[in-house]
Amino acid sequence: MTIDSVRGAPATAATAEPEPVQLLTPEGERVEHPDYPLELTADDIRALYRDLVITRRIDLEAVALTRQGELGLWASLLGQEAAQIGSGRALTDHDMVFPTYREHGVAWCRDVNPLNLLGLFRGVNHGGWDPAEHGFHLYTVVIGSQTLHATGYAMGIQRDGVLGSPSAGAAIAYFGDGATSQGDVNEAFVFASVFNAPIVFFCQNNQWAISEPLEKQSRIPLYKRAQGYGFPGVRVDGNDVFACLAVTRKAMEAARTGQGPMLIEAYTYRMGAHTTTDDPTRYRMKAEEESWKLKDPIERVKAYLTRGDLADAAFFDGVEDEAKAIAADLRKGCLAMPDPEPLSMFEHVYADRHPLMTEEQEQFAAYLASFEEEVAS
Amino acid sequence: MTAETLTLGKAINTGLRKAMENDPKVLVMGEDVGKLGGVFRITDGLQKDFGEERVIDTPLAESGIVGTAIGLALRGYRPVVEIQFDGFVFPAADQIITQLAKMRMRSLGALELPVVIRIPCGGGIGAVEHHSESPEAYFTHTAGLRVVACSNPADAFTMIQQSIASPDPVVFFEPKRRYWDKADVDVDSSDWTAFDAARVVRPGDHATVLAYGPSVKTCLEAAAAAAEDGRSLEVIDLRSLNPLDMDAVAASVDRTGRCVVVHEAPVFNGYGAELAARVTERCFYRLEAPVLRVGGFSTPYPPSRLEDHYLPDLDRILDAVDRTFAW
Repeated sequence: MTIDSVRGAPATAATAEPEPVQLLTPEGERVEHPDYPLELTADDIRALYRDLVITRRIDLEAVALTRQGELGLWASLLGQEAAQIGSGRALTDHDMVFPTYREHGVAWCRDVNPLNLLGLFRGVNHGGWDPAEHGFHLYTVVIGSQTLHATGYAMGIQRDGVLGSPSAGAAIAYFGDGATSQGDVNEAFVFASVFNAPIVFFCQNNQWAISEPLEKQSRIPLYKRAQGYGFPGVRVDGNDVFACLAVTRKAMEAARTGQGPMLIEAYTYRMGAHTTTDDPTRYRMKAEEESWKLKDPIERVKAYLTRGDLADAAFFDGVEDEAKAIAADLRKGCLAMPDPEPLSMFEHVYADRHPLMTEEQEQFAAYLASFEEEVAS
Repeated sequence: MTAETLTLGKAINTGLRKAMENDPKVLVMGEDVGKLGGVFRITDGLQKDFGEERVIDTPLAESGIVGTAIGLALRGYRPVVEIQFDGFVFPAADQIITQLAKMRMRSLGALELPVVIRIPCGGGIGAVEHHSESPEAYFTHTAGLRVVACSNPADAFTMIQQSIASPDPVVFFEPKRRYWDKADVDVDSSDWTAFDAARVVRPGDHATVLAYGPSVKTCLEAAAAAAEDGRSLEVIDLRSLNPLDMDAVAASVDRTGRCVVVHEAPVFNGYGAELAARVTERCFYRLEAPVLRVGGFSTPYPPSRLEDHYLPDLDRILDAVDRTFAW
C-alpha cells in the first residue's frame, strides 16, 4: 500500500461498512436483532408509514416553494425520513429534542406546525414555536452548537432528581457527520461522559457535509468515536425506521434510568442537495445516488405492509391524499404568511426595559412615520 | 445595617453565597471552582457547603462550559459561569455571542437565559500573556447581552446578585487587580442602586471623567491630584456598559463641558469610542473640547514588565485632562 504524503493512508476505514443494526431489509423483509427486539402492531406500522410519507411530502412542498421564490432556503431531508421518524417516535413527552435545521421529520413527531418551520426559511422569524411546549428546541444553524445545550439540559434533568422515575426524560441531540469534527460536539461528548448525563447523541451520517464526503471528517466509523469518550456507540441502518425506533428507544430508556449517554450513528444518505442553493452534481456521482435509491426508507415499509397484507390500496391512497392535503395547506399558509412589522425587530432582545432598544425603536418609528406624512401631504 | 469589611473578591464570594442560599436553582460552574475555590478563590467554600451538584468543576473547555450552562438555563437553572481569565473567553465566544445572546429573540421571547459569565479582567498583576486583557467591547457590541463591570467591594456584592437575578444573560467583569481592595459592605441591605445606573463617585465641576472596573480607582486618584491644582473633576463609574446610563453621563458633561474617557482596553474601536460619539451627539453645544480617550495602546497586551506603560495611570489621565483644558 502506498501512502500519500498529503492525505495519509487511503481513508477507507470511515466508509467501510460494519453491519448496522437492521430490522427491516431494503426489500421489506423483517429480520431480528438479538439486542433490539421490537414488537409493533399493524396499526403502529401503518402510523409510521403515514409519518414517513407526510414528512417527505412536506419536504417536497418546501423545496417547491423555495424554487418558486417563497422561501429563501430549505434544507431537504429527502432520504433521511426513517432516521428522523424512527428516532422521533421513540421519544416521550418528557424528552427534549435539540435539532439542527434539517429535523423536519422529528419536528412532525413533536407536533410542531410545519408552517413554523417555513417561517424561519421564509425570513419571517428565527423559529416561531415554544420549545418547552413541544419538547423540541429551536433549529440551530451553527453546526454542532446544540449538542452542548442538550448536554447542559441533560445535566439539568439529572439535577432535578427525576431519573429513574416515570416522569424522567432525557435529552436527544441531533447532528450530522460534518458536525462530528466540531469542537463543540467533542466537548459535548466529554461533558456528557464525565457527568454521565442522560443524553442520546443521534448522528445522521448522510455521507455528505455539503460537498465534503465522510472521509474528510473521520478515519474511523463515527459510532466508534464514542468508545474514546467512554460511552457506547452503535451504528443503525438509518433508512430502516424499525431499527431507528428500536435503537433510539433503548438508548433513551437507558438515559432516563441514569445509565448515561449513548451515540447512535444512523447510517443514511442525503438524497437531495445540502440546501436548495447547493448543486451535488459538482461533487458526487449519479451512480452513488442510484444505489441509495434502492434503500429507500419508505419503499421498504410499503413492501412490508403489502407483503403481509397489513394495508390495502385504499390505505396507501388515503395516506397520499392526506399528505397532499397537508402540503396544500402548507402552501396556502406560507403564501398568506405576513411579513413581520418593522418595529418588531426591537422586541424580545432583552426581557427588561433596555434604553437603547427603546431609543432606536422610537427613532425608527418616527423615521417610518415621516414617509406616511409625505404621502399624506 | 450589618457592615462587614470585605475585599472585592470576598464580596463577590459573599454575594454568590447569598444568591445560592436564596435560590436552589443557582449553580456555579467553571474550571477549578470546586475544591480549589477558583484560581482567585472567588468561589472559596461554596462547593463544601452547596455540594458538587451545584458547584461544578467542569472539564477544561470554555465553549463546553458556556454551552452546557445554556442547556442548564433552558432546564430552569441559573448558572454562574467562571471564565478563569479574560484571555480564555474566546473559545466560548461563539456560544456567548451566537447562542446565549440571541436565543430570547430567536424564540420570540419564549426562552429565558439567566446565565452569568464572570470574567476576571484587566492587567496590573504581572501576569503572563492572555491573563490581562479587557475584552468588554466584543460583548457590548452584541445585542442580547448585558455587560457590567464592578469597581469596588460594595458594588461587587450587590451587582453579582443583581446579575444572577437578571432574566437576561449578563457578562460580569471583575477587576482582578482590585480583588484585594477592602471596604465596608452592608451585607444585609437589599436597598440597591439600580443595576444599570451609573454612579457619580466623586462630584466635580470642571471636567467629567468616565470610567468603569479597574480604572475607576485610578481616576479617583487622578481627581484627587487634580484637586491640588485647583481642578475639580467629576468621576463617574459607569457600572453598566450595556445598557449605558447615558442620561447620567450627559447630565454631567452638560454641566462640566469637558469629558475624558478612561479604560484599559485599546483605544481604537474600544468602548470609549462609543462613549465619545454619544457624548458628542448629546452634548455638542455644551462641549468646550473634543472628548478625549485614555486607554491601552492598540497593540497586543505587552509583556508585564511593560504593563505600567500600557495601562492608563494617573499621569496619563491628568495629561488628557490638561489637553481638554488647553483646547
